[in-house]
Amino acid sequence: MSYDLLLNAVAAGLLLGGFYAAVSLGISVAFGLLDVVNIAHPVFVILGAYAAYVMNARFGWDPVLTGLVFTPVFYLLGMAVYRVYYASFERKGEEALRGLVFFFGIMFIVEVLLILVYGVDYRLVEAPYIGESFHLGPVSIAYRLFVPFLGGVLLAGGVYLFLGNTFFGRAIQGVSQDSLALRLMGADPIRIKTIAFGIAIATASLAGSLLIIIGPVEPSIGREYIGRVFAIAVLGGMGSIGGTFAASLILGVVESLTSTFYGPSWSTAVSFGVLLLVLALRPAGLFGR
Amino acid sequence: MKRTGRFWIGGWMLTAWLAAAALLSGPWAPPAQAAEKPIKIGFGMALTGGLAANGKAALLSMQIWAEDVNAKGGLLGRKVDLVVYDDQTKPASVPAIYTKLLDVDKVDFVVSGYGTNLIAPAMPIVMERGLVFMGLFGLAVNEKFKYPGYFQIMPAGPEPALDWTRGFFEIAAQQKPKPQTVALVGADAEFAINAVAGARENAKKMGLKIVYDKTYPPATVDYTPIARAIKATNPDVVFVGSYPPDSVGMVQAAHEVGLKPKLFGGGMVGLQYAAFLTKLGPKLNGIVNYDFWVPEPTLNFPGIEAFLKKYQVKAAKAGVDPLGHYLPPWSYAYLEVLGQAVTATKSTDQKKVAGYIRSHEFTTIIGKVKFGSNGEWATSRVLQIQFQGIKDSKLDQFHRPGKRIVVYPEQWKSGKIQYPYSSAK
Amino acid sequence: MRGRTLLGVAVAVVIGGYLTTRFVSHGYFYFASYVILQYIMLATAWNILGGYTGYVNFGSAAFFAVGAYTSIVLIKAFKAYFIFLALAGGLASALLGLGIGYLTLRLRGVFFSIATLALAVVLQTAVINWGYVGGARGIYILRARSVPFFSSYTEFLFFMMVVFAVLSVAAAWWIENSWVGRGLAAIRDNEEAAECMGVPTLKLKLFATTVSGFFMGLAGAPFPYYVTYVEPSSAFNLDYAVNSLAMPMIGGTTSWAGPVVGAILLGAAQQIATVTISSAWNLLIVGVVLVAFVILAPEGLVGLALRLARKRGA
Repeated sequence: MSYDLLLNAVAAGLLLGGFYAAVSLGISVAFGLLDVVNIAHPVFVILGAYAAYVMNARFGWDPVLTGLVFTPVFYLLGMAVYRVYYASFERKGEEALRGLVFFFGIMFIVEVLLILVYGVDYRLVEAPYIGESFHLGPVSIAYRLFVPFLGGVLLAGGVYLFLGNTFFGRAIQGVSQDSLALRLMGADPIRIKTIAFGIAIATASLAGSLLIIIGPVEPSIGREYIGRVFAIAVLGGMGSIGGTFAASLILGVVESLTSTFYGPSWSTAVSFGVLLLVLALRPAGLFGR
Repeated sequence: MKRTGRFWIGGWMLTAWLAAAALLSGPWAPPAQAAEKPIKIGFGMALTGGLAANGKAALLSMQIWAEDVNAKGGLLGRKVDLVVYDDQTKPASVPAIYTKLLDVDKVDFVVSGYGTNLIAPAMPIVMERGLVFMGLFGLAVNEKFKYPGYFQIMPAGPEPALDWTRGFFEIAAQQKPKPQTVALVGADAEFAINAVAGARENAKKMGLKIVYDKTYPPATVDYTPIARAIKATNPDVVFVGSYPPDSVGMVQAAHEVGLKPKLFGGGMVGLQYAAFLTKLGPKLNGIVNYDFWVPEPTLNFPGIEAFLKKYQVKAAKAGVDPLGHYLPPWSYAYLEVLGQAVTATKSTDQKKVAGYIRSHEFTTIIGKVKFGSNGEWATSRVLQIQFQGIKDSKLDQFHRPGKRIVVYPEQWKSGKIQYPYSSAK
Repeated sequence: MRGRTLLGVAVAVVIGGYLTTRFVSHGYFYFASYVILQYIMLATAWNILGGYTGYVNFGSAAFFAVGAYTSIVLIKAFKAYFIFLALAGGLASALLGLGIGYLTLRLRGVFFSIATLALAVVLQTAVINWGYVGGARGIYILRARSVPFFSSYTEFLFFMMVVFAVLSVAAAWWIENSWVGRGLAAIRDNEEAAECMGVPTLKLKLFATTVSGFFMGLAGAPFPYYVTYVEPSSAFNLDYAVNSLAMPMIGGTTSWAGPVVGAILLGAAQQIATVTISSAWNLLIVGVVLVAFVILAPEGLVGLALRLARKRGA
């Protein structure tokens, strides 16, 4: 019986971790590769969740469909945000402190706008797979978690392939290391960074729709994710997509195991405790170079 | 140059501060204008932040009360004005709000905002000045303060934390064969923890063996590991003390992992709101949960229907809970009590009004209200309701009787419980 | 000379604070001022680390809460006098500051910030699960009915906060105008270079985190008496972390006056926003102002004022 419980806990953790990967990818790209401390990322995820909610309530769209359709919109939004950020801070070399406050302000503004338009009620979506589950031997898997897991895996895979196998992708990876070399190759580092940041925000669209599949969402729920996503990005070794994915899974499993066997009360603290330990002992992250 | 600049700022700051102090110490409110002056009732309410969904609904119904009273000529021939500030669901903002209401706005009465966290910080201020203080949904706030002018409208009863969950466990004890084991689970936050503590006491009293007793952080994303851990202990009864998002999470997770105790529910906040009723739909069937008012024939008090009609029209516009069965009738009623006491004593004297509220019974839209010595209801009226016969997720069905059956206490019972949980439809 | 003038101002403020309690009877004035004074302390304390050395602390709420919960423990265990609570709260928080000071050994820049964020979560969870101080249920702390020399406890609290705030600003002023401040500025500008020049960077950083922690704890210690009901989510409220960072930002991070101006302005704006038309619009305005400020006036109000004064003088 307890063996079953262990298997199930690990499975639940992996599913959750897959979803965490979807939320953290944007941070991993923006923070890890571009050095942009976008603490507002979770609120963009919430924005994605609200898009999914609106299209679901109004037109009955499946949240995943909304997530995909809105990805280009978020991409443009991300580019716009980066332009402002670059012009105001990065160009002047003031990004460290003021950039942080800038993103904090953005987080505030988006949150309040959502409250003004949709109120503070929790919002949910309807989809045929929510509430159903299937069995894999002794392990039961809820579609409500399986779909976000799948979404996270595919998203992470997509970003991984894009970064590794396209010109822009390699340029993005290059920009974090040596923007001068990049310029010599004839690529404008600012343009590359704009595109990269656009992609980072674009992932929030799908991540948001996955979030609202898992459970109810209200405007300020994003704050709960700030710590977690940065923990993952750091654990994953800053900008390594594979590392981010692995760190997400680890965090998911650790939380799930704590929750099942020790008591859920400590599950979030455990993940942050792990982060503190890693920062103190191996600041480059578990999978850092 | 630098020196003068900085000194200038320092001097400016000092001047500004002294100016503010002087402004506040001078005569502030305009001179009183005899009888035409409205009666002002002041309060802070959560209009943003975590409790805002409820706070906004409460404010709406309080405004309906003021309209109703003013349509009948006000109180003591004076118009009633509500003065409300947004406490942002932050306890730290409460002391300033209530002193502002009293010192600057010169309100005649203050009533509380929504919830224990936001009531407690106002208590010392109210006590220092010996004011009547109507409380809205505070759990056992007066246990420490023991203040005779405090009256709390949520019908938890004289021992709030215990009475709250007693019904759930009495239902369990009535079943045959009697359940033997119980799992307790709740969120790491004020109300839920208190509910679980009460449940623990009650479970011990009923001789149930506690096989699981854990709390989880409110920001938990996935509840399936918790549901599964509970399932592994195979309890007869599962008591859940939860807030809206986790109530949904727990119900969903219980279904997904096949957690099927004989009795499930207890202290889940949120299962009273339209949004969650319609989203969870048939998954609610069989859950036994607390409630304070449901549209069952046994609870059809005079005035409630008319109130809900008005509320529902406004709620649609304001974008708050379209059903309004949970908090709104009570935020209407706590003002009703205050208003009736003012009318009866023909006075706005705090001592007289408090004395009257302490010693009399009131007829309100949520029935007869009588307060005990600690300012809580003299007898508990926490209902346990069971969700029955929910086939789809339409909102309509929840406006009418028949879906949320009162199964406890005997006096208000409107139907029979379906037991065990797994057999309920 | 200048030091003596400022000392005079400080003494005047403290005496003025006491005299205020003799003449102003509005409870509202005291509570509103209390909140602003508390933010002056938090912002000043944050700036001692963040503004002078460039290490951004996201976990101010944790330091504040350590102060608050230390005094809860002492109230519960010994019914200790207020001044002991305040000192103990400050010291406990200073210890925590010393602890995160050692983190700066390994972690630079944003990693340090994330570590402080994580620290806040871990501490909050610990408090939630600590039954003695009320845990997640919260705890009631009753104010004394009367205090000698003051007509109410509220006025006493207000006066103590005036004293504490003056102390913290004085500490910031001293740091800024001594060799310590120059060393810290060297760290902010280039830590490696400072190290090479023989600046004792570790000692200075430990000093900054400890002092910063002390004043944050000192700001939090009276909180239980102010709010009378403390539960983890209000003591660890994100507001403290955010405001103690935003206020120096708006006021200006390079001098002691910046956090003070920022705290008074933003704190007063928030107080006013709470009691004027209550709507989310107010919050939106605060957000927009914050963003506008960091984009358009990055040196903060004090920097702006100095620049203007310089122009006028030239």
